[in-house]
Amino acid sequence: MLAPATPQTTRVDHLLIAEMVAAGSRVLDVGCGDGALLQLLADTKNVDGRGIEVARERVNACVARGLSVIQGDADRDLVDYPDGAFDYAILSLTIQATRQPKMVLEQLLRIGRSAIVSFPNFGHWQVRSRLAFTGRMPVTENLPEAWFVSPNAHLCTIKDFADLCRVVNARVERAVAFNAWGQQLGTWLPLTVHNLMGEKAVFMLTRQWAH
Amino acid sequence: MNTASPRDFLASTTDARVLEAQTPSSDYIDIGADHPLRLDCDKVLAPFRIAYTTYGALNAAKSNAILVLHALTMDQYVASPHPVTGKPGWWEVMVGPGKPIDTDRFFVVCPNVLGGCMGSTGPASINAKTGKPWGIDFPVITIGDMVDAQVPLIDHLGIDQLFCAIGGSMGGMQVLEWAARHKERVFTAVPIATAAWHSSQNIAFHEVGRQAVMADPNWCEGRYLERGVEPRNGLAVARMAAHITYLSEEALQRKFGRSLQDLAAKSFSFNADFQVESYLRHQGSTFVDRFDANSYLYITRAIDYFDLAAEHGDVLANAFKGTKTRFCVVSFTSDWLYPTRESREIVHALNAVAANVSFVEIESDKGHDAFLLEEPELFATIRGFLNAAAERRGLKPAPERR
Repeated sequence: MLAPATPQTTRVDHLLIAEMVAAGSRVLDVGCGDGALLQLLADTKNVDGRGIEVARERVNACVARGLSVIQGDADRDLVDYPDGAFDYAILSLTIQATRQPKMVLEQLLRIGRSAIVSFPNFGHWQVRSRLAFTGRMPVTENLPEAWFVSPNAHLCTIKDFADLCRVVNARVERAVAFNAWGQQLGTWLPLTVHNLMGEKAVFMLTRQWAH
Repeated sequence: MNTASPRDFLASTTDARVLEAQTPSSDYIDIGADHPLRLDCDKVLAPFRIAYTTYGALNAAKSNAILVLHALTMDQYVASPHPVTGKPGWWEVMVGPGKPIDTDRFFVVCPNVLGGCMGSTGPASINAKTGKPWGIDFPVITIGDMVDAQVPLIDHLGIDQLFCAIGGSMGGMQVLEWAARHKERVFTAVPIATAAWHSSQNIAFHEVGRQAVMADPNWCEGRYLERGVEPRNGLAVARMAAHITYLSEEALQRKFGRSLQDLAAKSFSFNADFQVESYLRHQGSTFVDRFDANSYLYITRAIDYFDLAAEHGDVLANAFKGTKTRFCVVSFTSDWLYPTRESREIVHALNAVAANVSFVEIESDKGHDAFLLEEPELFATIRGFLNAAAERRGLKPAPERR
């Protein structure tokens, strides 16, 4: 049975993604975790959703609740999908844990007509101040693990990610940063402020074709 | 040696296994000469018989049928006692009222494969043209032939589209063939502990088994039924060797270790000193009581020949092009007969055609046989997958159980 998502536990980035996604579309959620976003999208947008998740027990839990999820990982398994197989290829708080973020992002842009990427912002003031004042790798609510157990291999800031978008020739359709209280930062604010005040960010991208 | 004519032999035999091969105690359909089956070897088989069991009730829309496909040495008795051994059905943990394949909700059909020996036409059946058992005159069949032979059964039951085709091991291969050859007739497909092609190592194990059978003087070039003998030793050895591949090193070590069987010390003989030897001998001897040696040759051959990619221009994804079927692929961590990487190949091929696919690898140390055993994670997966698909197909939930 498809259990309804419980609103009080729904992540703000998930809510924003659910708002971005068109109803009835085809969605691939890469790094889908316990399937919360897929469930939300199924419940609110009636999407045809698929997931990829690396952790076996999470995959099994997803399938047991009726979601179409495969055990796999972004670095290895995205290459199989045909071009434009999905309306949206979503990478939610996962890109920092991939081995090859650039390749993964390129694959997302190839597979999905749009790519939606959310990530923790390493440029957030709390992260900066932890590093500056303690001299140690920051451990925050958003980045809870110590460096030696963290799955995060490629942390970046919002500015860094914007640079990567340019490198892979992606058009930024929409970029939203959330502060520590889950509020969207005003789009009129300069990128530098987003990079300082945003705890996590959601980018919606499309591929800019070379010709 | 018994030199009676075949009819005399069959008339005089009280061997329940031989009788079941001729006239199954389950349901069966006879497909007449007007519907010949063109086999992959280009021969034509007609008439032929498919023996099967059913459980539960087909709904008015005929949309709740689950086809359960059996492995090499199984049969149609998936959830009812075996007529020869009296043992419970081979998948009663999975199929039954309130089980993951819930017979209160679904209509379950389980056919004996073509080439089998529990009533579907196979080498132990009588060849109508000669009046003798087919023996090795039976045409060499493939997994695809097995599936094509099941189509008239599904037609006969009035089912346009199966809600699900599910099976483990060779049953999983049949599931893949159903999904590839009869795309529009399969709403969901659940291949478990299987592969899209049989590996060289697995062919090698099968060849050991076949050679053991054929080296038994009682095999009589495949004509043992007429002679009233049986290659029991050869088939038992084949089963012993195969059985090892269904387990895992860890499971064997845990279960038996180096323990001796009813002995205080080694006997310094070739008796079954070790528990594991005794266990394998038991597996071998109980197997020959219920299985036909020639069937074993034919079915292992069919598995060896299975290569779904080769049937589709060497590109596995082509087998699934345009599929609308929802797949759930399942593998087990300790299965070295059909390891996870081979399931992953199926998943990659399905991804390449953007098919709707779930894939779970289940942690178990029980080896290939895990799919037949009490594996709660497997049950949760199958239950969840089937329930979600049933909802999508608009099937009513199972009635409340008290």
